[in-house]
Amino acid sequence: MSNQTPALRLEGIVKTFPGVRALDKVSFSVMPGEVHALMGENGAGKSTLMKVLGGIYQPEEGRIIVGEQPVVMTSPLQAKAKGIVFIHQELSLAEELTVAENIYLGELPKKSFGRVDWQQLYAQTDEILGRLKVGFDAKTKVGDLSIANQQMVEIARALTVEAKAVIFDEPTASLTDAEKVVLFDVIEDLKAHGVGIIYISHRMEEIFKITDRISVLRDGHYRGTLTTAETDEDEITQLMIGRKLDLSRNASHHEIGDIALEVRNLSCGKLFRNISFDVRRGEVVGFYGLVGAGRTEIAETLFGLREPSGGEILLDGQPTVIHSPADAIAKGISLVPEDRKGQGLILGMNCRDNMTLPQVSDLKAGPFVAEGAEIAIFDQYRDRLDIRTPGWKQLVGNLSGGNQQKIVIGKWLSMHPNVLIVDEPTRGIDVGSKSEIHNLIRELASQGYAVIVISSEMPEVLHVSDRIVAMFSGKIIRTFTSEEVTEDNLIQAISGITSDKAA
Amino acid sequence: MRPSNLSGVGTFLAKQGILVAFALFMIGFTIANERFLDPDNIMGVIRSSAILGVMALGVTFVVISGNLDLSVGSMMSFATIVVLDLHDKIGPTLAIPSMYAMVLCLGALIGFLVGYLKLNSLIVTLGMLSAIHGLTLTYSGGKNMDIADKEGTWFSVFGQSDALGIPVPILIFALLASVLGLALAKTPFGRKVYAVGGNGTAATFSGIRRARVVFTCYLASAFCVGTAGLLQASRSLGSQNTVGQGLELEVLAAVILGGASLLGGSGTIFKTVIGVLILGFIQNGLLLVGLQFYAQYVVTWIIIILAVWLDIAAKRGKLWSPIA
Amino acid sequence: MEPGTLSTFLKRGAIWGFIVLELIFFSVAGEYLSLSDKAFMDLDNMLLLFKQSAPIGIIAIGMTIVMINGNIDLSVGATFALSAVVLLDSMTWPIFAGLGDGVIPIAWGLALMTGMLLGALNGLIVWKTGVDAFIVTLGAMLGYRGLVFMYNGEQPTSHLNWTLVDFAEAQFLGLHTATWFLIAVTAAVWFVMNRTVHGRNAYAIGDNRTAAINAGIRVGPHMMINFMIIGFLASLSAVVFYSESGSVNPNDGELYELWVITAVVLGGTKLTGGAGSVLSTLGGVLAIQLLRKGLGHIGADTETVNLVIGLILIAVLFLDRQLNLKGREELRI
Repeated sequence: MSNQTPALRLEGIVKTFPGVRALDKVSFSVMPGEVHALMGENGAGKSTLMKVLGGIYQPEEGRIIVGEQPVVMTSPLQAKAKGIVFIHQELSLAEELTVAENIYLGELPKKSFGRVDWQQLYAQTDEILGRLKVGFDAKTKVGDLSIANQQMVEIARALTVEAKAVIFDEPTASLTDAEKVVLFDVIEDLKAHGVGIIYISHRMEEIFKITDRISVLRDGHYRGTLTTAETDEDEITQLMIGRKLDLSRNASHHEIGDIALEVRNLSCGKLFRNISFDVRRGEVVGFYGLVGAGRTEIAETLFGLREPSGGEILLDGQPTVIHSPADAIAKGISLVPEDRKGQGLILGMNCRDNMTLPQVSDLKAGPFVAEGAEIAIFDQYRDRLDIRTPGWKQLVGNLSGGNQQKIVIGKWLSMHPNVLIVDEPTRGIDVGSKSEIHNLIRELASQGYAVIVISSEMPEVLHVSDRIVAMFSGKIIRTFTSEEVTEDNLIQAISGITSDKAA
Repeated sequence: MRPSNLSGVGTFLAKQGILVAFALFMIGFTIANERFLDPDNIMGVIRSSAILGVMALGVTFVVISGNLDLSVGSMMSFATIVVLDLHDKIGPTLAIPSMYAMVLCLGALIGFLVGYLKLNSLIVTLGMLSAIHGLTLTYSGGKNMDIADKEGTWFSVFGQSDALGIPVPILIFALLASVLGLALAKTPFGRKVYAVGGNGTAATFSGIRRARVVFTCYLASAFCVGTAGLLQASRSLGSQNTVGQGLELEVLAAVILGGASLLGGSGTIFKTVIGVLILGFIQNGLLLVGLQFYAQYVVTWIIIILAVWLDIAAKRGKLWSPIA
Repeated sequence: MEPGTLSTFLKRGAIWGFIVLELIFFSVAGEYLSLSDKAFMDLDNMLLLFKQSAPIGIIAIGMTIVMINGNIDLSVGATFALSAVVLLDSMTWPIFAGLGDGVIPIAWGLALMTGMLLGALNGLIVWKTGVDAFIVTLGAMLGYRGLVFMYNGEQPTSHLNWTLVDFAEAQFLGLHTATWFLIAVTAAVWFVMNRTVHGRNAYAIGDNRTAAINAGIRVGPHMMINFMIIGFLASLSAVVFYSESGSVNPNDGELYELWVITAVVLGGTKLTGGAGSVLSTLGGVLAIQLLRKGLGHIGADTETVNLVIGLILIAVLFLDRQLNLKGREELRI
């Protein structure tokens, strides 16, 4: 392999965002006919790197070389023209159009009078679909296909150009086992055609099954490349986590109280099944798992946003039904949601109004909102959480991610909940605010709150949790106490392969 | 991507463009015709804007909550016809509350469909526009409605008399604008309206009962429409079935001109009143400088597009759209 | 605004089932209630129905493609009126005095040009300023109507050309001229939307705009072309209608936008764009016209039509939502 020209080479890529060096001199290369895994925790810089490769971000330093040509790309279209093709996790298809039209979107073959040359379109599409050995034809409406088959359409798009490198971003997240087999066949086929493949996944089983080499990113740095045949899960995990975690594991040093929330056999359709756990006052329970494992859906059910299809919820030992978020709040449950901008905040509103929103009906002076009381609440939590803003009139949309998140947390703390659920509390937040929020979560527990933390970042769950619930595919695989848990057995439990070994 | 990033002055102009343009119009009209700033003239403009204005107040609530109400025109016709008809049948004292009750029922129906059933407000109110128009025609049998004894009724007091030297329609408009303005700006309910329109999902995640808020906005809109119908009926003491036809879009134009976003979450009652007055003064000013009455429509068209364009240009920091 | 979607069930021709139901209902009910002896499904009656459907129908076909593209056009009624004024007035212009009936194609051309230009103006503004089409065309609705009034005040604009009237009243294979125009427009627009690159790209833009942009489709020009088409069709509708009637009031065409949108939505076009069919829109137009005629036939007040159509529109929306609910797994927001 070494005497070949790489299909795609990255040299010293640097990309910074205000306050963050998202990619710091990242270099690695993919050979033609090689499947190269790219691994790293969430926040390690994988998605930034992919956006650089896709022409969405421009790197400040470094070169991207396709074949022997250094290239500069300023749009996804250009990236495709240079032979770099993406298979995105989120599908970008026009569901009302046919398979053929989607594959050749923007490039429909033309005849006279602007007519579509259907014959040619279908002939070309059939050829590509033949290569993929799929069970649908070119004239099927994309909206009628299963998610897996829609993904096949995305893949088929990659085959319309002379691709030098194809990047798969978590392609199996929504696939069944049978569908995965088909996908892996496709990857083999691309390999045989000399295409270089970058394969992003958290799932160890797949990594060992199909990749040739593995490169690891951590904190925006390139950490090394391993040859798949010569390595094992422990070595990869070690490289991904790297540092001796200076984050001390936290067994609580304070009294753990009574059970505040108990869930028995809770199910919601296909989203999650037979979930049982409890949270005590003064305790932080971490939920760890891959995206789509059902963690957020559990939180939404507890907050009255979803109707459970079975099981029961007990608050302070009393069985209860939660009808709506307003109901959940009245019963002492608060949720700091996953999507800060979409669900947590009203970006066009000022800081004070966002913070007091859940209790605005209770802060009254006559018929009007008691603005003095509101400002007092805002000031109190601004000081307590160290929210940096010029004043309460500032629109929340103008704050940094960390300060925005503190507004959301302040909003719920000011309601004095019994159970606080925090979903991905530090996603997209700079390092400084991150540790502040971690400390805050610990502090809340010591004050007697029952806290649930949902996170996809292992150091985070390890650091803040007294117990950790590992989920995979809608089920609880195992609940770890902080004495039992190790990085290895945790990562293996949520990858869904070695649950027998972990248990 | 395009070079035309807005400078500081540009941003100011874009943000305050509508007020600047309004000021320029006012100055221009004043120079062109000294009668323009005459108190009688100003009073006349406000008075003739009052019916449109009262309707716009309610629609402001609906628009800020992130919805549309295209049914206000035909609902206003309905209110006018009903109150005129009932006036002769059960007397004005009972006719007025009966009319309000019926109109509020219609508002509640729309609020239920849009708020609780989460149906698209554009189509629902479009359907209601047609349905209420049909209701009005069925009610009246397609005939014009007139009060029999136009001289002998006190009913004309809302539309035709003065109090404290000010025409009653203006007083009602001002009173309603103050009450609703306070409700929107200062009460918990008003805060929730902004929250629901600004980000309905986040509002729900904050425990706000979104459906209830939307429902109440449509009730407010219906109440305003009833009042507009009352003013119209009292002023003319007789009416066609189509008296409110087309007003829904003029009302919407006034609200948008005032700076409310159709996406919801922004706008104020004060700005809507400005929007209504701009429409009224431009209409009046153009007449005074000798232009045709209908030139106002063309001017309104240009102003609406400029106002919204400058608004979004200021937000995106670029004058031209990035659409390829 | 929350997007409204119409179910696949409705998209795939439920409108024709609805039409059949209407026919059966009015035929049966007509037996008992009708004031006249004539059967409802009388041939002449049906031919007339097609003819009367044409003015709204032609515009509705245009609205379908604009809505598929993810936009809306509220200015069609005003465009309709302005084109009609240009049509009738231009035939009386002194410079065309010597042409005799040769003025007809010129007047038609001028009227159609007017519609196309007004549409292009809307499209250009939407494209270049990025202001929502709803607002742009709401403004244009007022502005274009203002132009109509400025043209001739509140007076009707009238000119009867008997050659034109004969042409408009002609019947070929039993169908009236207006019906033929409706058929031709439907066929042509069907061809554009289903067979040309422009049509397919318009669907793609309405369906998933980001995907379309990423695939290199130029969104702006496609939108503008569609606005030009609807402008053209609004003026064509005026040409067809006023060639026969010969007189236009300045507020003719008011509320047409609402009728047209009703027909398009009944036909199953998605409000958010990406899905819809020209043929189903034709079904929507016919369904409304049938309802209008049918209610008259069974002796109901013609006024009831508005009531019934409004309620049906809302019922369709409700039905669609019920069919699209995903059940308990759905997030309750």
